[in-house]
Amino acid sequence: MTTRIRLCHLYPDQLNIYADRGNIAVLRSRAERRDYELEMIGVGVGEALAPECDLIYLGGGQDREQALIAPDLARRTEEISAALEDGAALLAVCGGYQLLGRGYRDRTGVEMPGAGVLPLETVAGDRRMIGDVSIECKLEPEDTHSVVGFENHGGRTRLDPGAVPLGRVVHGFGNDGESGFEGCRLGKAIGTYLHGPLLPRNPWLTDWLLGQALGRRLGEVPELEPLEDDLEHEAHAVALGRARARGGKFR
Amino acid sequence: MRIPLVISTLVARSAGAGSRLSRKGGGTTLPGRVLNALDPGASARLARRLEQGSAIISATNGKTTSAAMTAAILASRYRLAGNPAGANLSSGVATALLHTRGAELGLFEVDEAALPRVAEALEPRALCLGNLFRDQLDRYGELELLAERWRGVVAGLAVGSTLIVNEDDPQLAQLARGRAGVIRFGIEDARHGGPLPHAADARYCSACGVAYDYRLAYVGHLGEYSCPGCGFERSKPDIWAEAITLEGLTGSSFQLHLPEETLSVRLGLPGLYNVYNALAAAALAHALGAQPDEIANGLESTEAAFGRSERIAIGEKELLLLLIKNPTGANEVVRTIVASGTPKTLVIALNDRIADGQDVSWIWDVDFEPLLDGLERLIASGGRAAELALRFKYAGFPESRIELVPSPAEALDRGLKLTEEGGELVVCPTYTAMLELQKVLAARGHADLYWQRAARAREESGLPRSPK
Repeated sequence: MTTRIRLCHLYPDQLNIYADRGNIAVLRSRAERRDYELEMIGVGVGEALAPECDLIYLGGGQDREQALIAPDLARRTEEISAALEDGAALLAVCGGYQLLGRGYRDRTGVEMPGAGVLPLETVAGDRRMIGDVSIECKLEPEDTHSVVGFENHGGRTRLDPGAVPLGRVVHGFGNDGESGFEGCRLGKAIGTYLHGPLLPRNPWLTDWLLGQALGRRLGEVPELEPLEDDLEHEAHAVALGRARARGGKFR
Repeated sequence: MRIPLVISTLVARSAGAGSRLSRKGGGTTLPGRVLNALDPGASARLARRLEQGSAIISATNGKTTSAAMTAAILASRYRLAGNPAGANLSSGVATALLHTRGAELGLFEVDEAALPRVAEALEPRALCLGNLFRDQLDRYGELELLAERWRGVVAGLAVGSTLIVNEDDPQLAQLARGRAGVIRFGIEDARHGGPLPHAADARYCSACGVAYDYRLAYVGHLGEYSCPGCGFERSKPDIWAEAITLEGLTGSSFQLHLPEETLSVRLGLPGLYNVYNALAAAALAHALGAQPDEIANGLESTEAAFGRSERIAIGEKELLLLLIKNPTGANEVVRTIVASGTPKTLVIALNDRIADGQDVSWIWDVDFEPLLDGLERLIASGGRAAELALRFKYAGFPESRIELVPSPAEALDRGLKLTEEGGELVVCPTYTAMLELQKVLAARGHADLYWQRAARAREESGLPRSPK
């Protein structure tokens, strides 16, 4: 029987601004080509995460949409933490990343509560950080990768002392334009500002997430058979060139 | 000290001549940039010289085409000043104003984000708002923000000015509520409606935040909506299209309801989105005094604007250029291509310069999937060709049938080579890829450059050529 990966996509109707379905399509295709099934379950406001969840996904939204789901997400601290404890992997992009932290304070000082699952908080800045970005990322010892994407955020995200970033900024702003950190990693959970969408041009990261999700399902992380990734590497190289040439920085 | 208008306009005009001489471009924006820098108030003063005042069209999609349609309707009535080459920022409008000698009415398409500044300078007698879609988030920011700025523009309109809105776009309908002197347009033909597409905008009521009930959607989120929260709903428009027949890539016909009478219109531009453009033009021209027969004639005589379903003959073959720039526009292009039979070869050129949007994630929100049934070869082109190829690969299109040809000129040649004699090659470029193609086509003698066309358009509207 085919092994099935259960993916819970939180708020697909509200958090979808940066082509998040591209990330889902890439997860699905790369799972299916290894003969795994991907079962996608949309989870809306007021609905519970499905049990036996292997992977959780949260995308980004416009301010209005984020405000609509924030109170619901803030009530999910225990639910999401329990899923992570149970071994689920997680990817949160942009707005989803911010709201998994303790909260978001806008420029008028109003606090939007977050889920408090990731050790970080976000404060609105006066200039948006927009542009191509590349980071260097080490999720496994001795295994460094370049990850490329596009960022567009007004919020400055600060990691708590001791918290682990997803990677170091090579070109672009990253979490706050100052710290040199991008994203956050907590075990098998990843939060990042990188969209584009993130996964198509970073196949290595996609496979890492699939591996972690399968690890929960199978009891150990399986060896994933390599796929033909010439186009992916070409797209990665072009995006890396863009980040190098025009990645954002405060001038 | 203020520089006299005669001096600043002279300097600005010579900058345009220099730009053309140095072959750097068509001088459709440089003179205006110079003018704005020399004297920020010059545009407003030049605009006041237009005895019939000015009219503005803004929208995410279709503003160049609806401006061309409006110009075609009004050309027999007024001598027009305008920006038909699509230079629609403040600098482009200022440049157009430098060429207003002899013009009676200004008709300008204006970039969504530039609208507040341009509207303030022009004090338009009519403002036509066509639609607001998610577009180039890296450049325009979030839709809500843009809608808020437009709210400010509407609030600042003079009391006697006419506001024309697309009633099928709830964000625009909201802007017009409570205002006198509003003309609403829309589509009334449920046969062409469908469910709200993936990642549609305006799902939530801008008044109360509750999700709209969409009875049907025509293009993106344009359709029939009502809010179960506060009761806000689409009202019957003043000008509408019904009994619409879409004729593939060649055009459409429909019944146009004007307050005075109902007319049959045959449009030479394809797709439901061009019916919306025609409605915007009809409503604006009506507000500016055009008679029903002038409206019908103008709409029927309008040819494609600069790369928007434009046909160009190349020997025995024909090239069809369909500009794509954001999810909703591209979805309509896909829908139109599929409706007339998907071609075997398709060239799509994705650039990521500032005018295209540097963030290319929008291609993942486009529903390219309907093309997969029938398409044999994709020529992926532009600076982000590989990204586009990935989009098709992950949609399930075999990688072996994708060719990566980053140069749009070379992609055009490759596409033409695969096109049989007498056949048609469909090319979908983003904005700057289209400019590249236009240059290549002009260099080969197949088409005029856009500034030559702009000059011709000015000539046709009875205006002198730009000064030597």
